[in-house]
Amino acid sequence: MSKDLTIKDLHISVQGNPIIKGLNLSVQQGEIHALMGPNGSGKSTLAKGLMGHPLYEVDSGEVIFDGVDVLELEPNERAKLGLFLAFQYPTAIPGVSLANFLRLAVSAVRGKGANGSEKDGLIPMREFRRELREKMQQLGVDDSFARRYLNDGFSGGEMKRAEILQLAMLEPKIAILDETDSGLDIDAVRIVGESVSQLIGPDLGVLIITHYPRLLDYIRPQFVHILLDGRVVESGGWELTQVLEAEGYDPIREKHGIDE
Amino acid sequence: MQKGDFSKEFLEKIAATEPQWMREKRLEAYALYESLPMPHTTKDDVWRRTVDMRTQDYWRRTRRHLRSFAVDRYHPSVPNGAVSPEDVDYNEAETAGVLVQVDGQRQHTSDSEILKEKGVYFADLHTALQAQPELFRSYFMNKAVTLETALKSGNIAQRNKFDALHGAFWQGGYLLHVPKGVRVEVPLRVYIRMSEAEQADLSHTLIIAEEGSQVVVLEDNLSTTPDASGFHSGAVEIFAGQNANVTYVQVQRWNRHVWNFASHRAMVARDAQLCWVTAMFGGRLNKINQAVVLEGAGGNAKMLGLAFTDARQHLDVSTAQEHVSPHTFSDLLYRTVLKDRAQSAWGGNIYVYPSANHTDAYQKNDNLLLSERAHADTLPGLEIQAHEVRCTHGATAGKIDAEQVFYLMSRGLSYTEAEKLIVEGFFEPVMERIPLESVREELNTSITRKLVTS
Ligand SMILES: Nc1ncnc2c1ncn2[C@@H]1O[C@H](COP(=O)(O)OP(=O)(O)OP(=O)(O)O)[C@@H](O)[C@H]1O
Ligand SMILES: [Mg+2]
Repeated sequence: MSKDLTIKDLHISVQGNPIIKGLNLSVQQGEIHALMGPNGSGKSTLAKGLMGHPLYEVDSGEVIFDGVDVLELEPNERAKLGLFLAFQYPTAIPGVSLANFLRLAVSAVRGKGANGSEKDGLIPMREFRRELREKMQQLGVDDSFARRYLNDGFSGGEMKRAEILQLAMLEPKIAILDETDSGLDIDAVRIVGESVSQLIGPDLGVLIITHYPRLLDYIRPQFVHILLDGRVVESGGWELTQVLEAEGYDPIREKHGIDE
Repeated sequence: MQKGDFSKEFLEKIAATEPQWMREKRLEAYALYESLPMPHTTKDDVWRRTVDMRTQDYWRRTRRHLRSFAVDRYHPSVPNGAVSPEDVDYNEAETAGVLVQVDGQRQHTSDSEILKEKGVYFADLHTALQAQPELFRSYFMNKAVTLETALKSGNIAQRNKFDALHGAFWQGGYLLHVPKGVRVEVPLRVYIRMSEAEQADLSHTLIIAEEGSQVVVLEDNLSTTPDASGFHSGAVEIFAGQNANVTYVQVQRWNRHVWNFASHRAMVARDAQLCWVTAMFGGRLNKINQAVVLEGAGGNAKMLGLAFTDARQHLDVSTAQEHVSPHTFSDLLYRTVLKDRAQSAWGGNIYVYPSANHTDAYQKNDNLLLSERAHADTLPGLEIQAHEVRCTHGATAGKIDAEQVFYLMSRGLSYTEAEKLIVEGFFEPVMERIPLESVREELNTSITRKLVTS
């Protein structure tokens, strides 16, 4: 049975400032949702809050995934449950190679003692290497990528590809892509778009945060939501992106009585 | 085991079997030792940071760190040759020679055929004193670490009571002499151990690499018991002769109850290369004075430091890169991780003398604090008196980055796993410059052990 992530009346504040103010949203495995909203409307705040960033304080509301109260869990436990966030601004970890880190992450998420894992709880090196190389090829990244330090000195495009590589390796149930398309050239958007659409299937639910319908040409969402003033004010289908393209956010702001 | 004390009578006893000139050298050091007052951490500038840096202003009367240290509590052993061998773990095929010393006593030396064939001399210091008096006389505490070697802080220089103590009562350690043109690619290994409580270890390292020679020395200082208190008063002297290539690695893993005082000094001759790795994990209080002197044109020194302290450990390191000749190069990178209430003070100086035009000197010290209560002071310094010099220096101290921890945790790593990865990444720039895989592995083991103990 497919599982869903249900967000009810969520309130999140950052350093005492309320940013998310009563947000409702539900994403099921196998569904594709797009979340759009102007700069500063709280999209990344929602994403990080869902993943358990300590700075993003949940004041009230609930987040349930597969019957589990997500808000009670540490970020790593959320990852093990099947949540994934592709960061808008991934953090550099100097001195830690992408491959070394990913082997730990994959082992942690798939569970210690999972089939074939070694005594130290890590998945066998050869198996890991094979899988990593395969997925890097699909993403069109060079083999040397694996030896580079995680996000350290990566170009904008490399960072976003590294995020998608992690998504592909960790095989989550629900993935939030926070502006994975921004900062990418047209070719890179296509590669990322195609890679993500390859991952899409009945086991993966996706929440795509984006400003541009470009990416959505590759990954067509069934649901489109508009975030304004910390709430989802409109939900609809593909046609909503067309309305936004043509008219911008102002008519929606006016309709809901929200000041800029 | 027989024990001595730091008295003139004991000095006479250990000098009884030694040449007259050595006895006189010891006595001279003893006179200096007697004349210098015990360092005072509030009055003596060069010892100012060898004290609890958080509390010194408010708790003058608490007996902390150096103030609770009493030399007299510790006993040097009486040398009587080799005692029964102890197991050490090393790969024989990758080792050119081994020396094991426990509580100041030589236990075991083995030279490979290669060393004998090539005329390399490698022995404990007491044996060497009898066998190599000329080398000894010309190098031992005569050119590198001497009684004149001073601790420095800004313009203030002060002779070091512990160097004098070492000169008077040194015991144990080793002499390595690599003749002209001899190249030993496989490392030599030295294991210096302290096992008994209230033991004083006064080991001395003397490495002489003649012109065009090459050698790699891996030295491990370790307490074999976790809570036997101890005192180490050591010295390291390295001579990299013209065009020689020396790699020296010292891993200090004394337990947390050892008071550690040492002066390390290396002399780098014309076109010589020195790769010097200092890793520090142990000690209750460490006061380390480390200097490289680029004496000859074209000399090149790489100084790598890696330290991890926890509990209430205190680490006070002063480094100096002294450029005497032109076209010399030095590059220092020290990285320290601090846990719990550990404290570290690092003061580094680059001196470029008027005779050292066209010098490149780099210096960097970075500290990573894993707890709110850890404390790191870092003071880089430059003193340039020459022309066409390229120097950079920098220092950082910062807490573990919460964004990095979150990023890794969001990928499934626990806090502990994330912290470990960040620490390993922090040490990586030092590690990647260490040319020996086996050393990197040993260091990683020590780092992991530090991370898991609490
Ligand atoms: N770490 C933080 N510290 C302080 N303020 C923050 C922090 N993170 C977010 N905010 C504030 O919260 C509000 C929402 O920011 P958020 O990053 O969630 O917007 P966004 O919708 O993702 O915008 P963009 O489209 O530009 O990515 C902004 O006013 C921002 O300044
Ligand atoms: Mg954002």
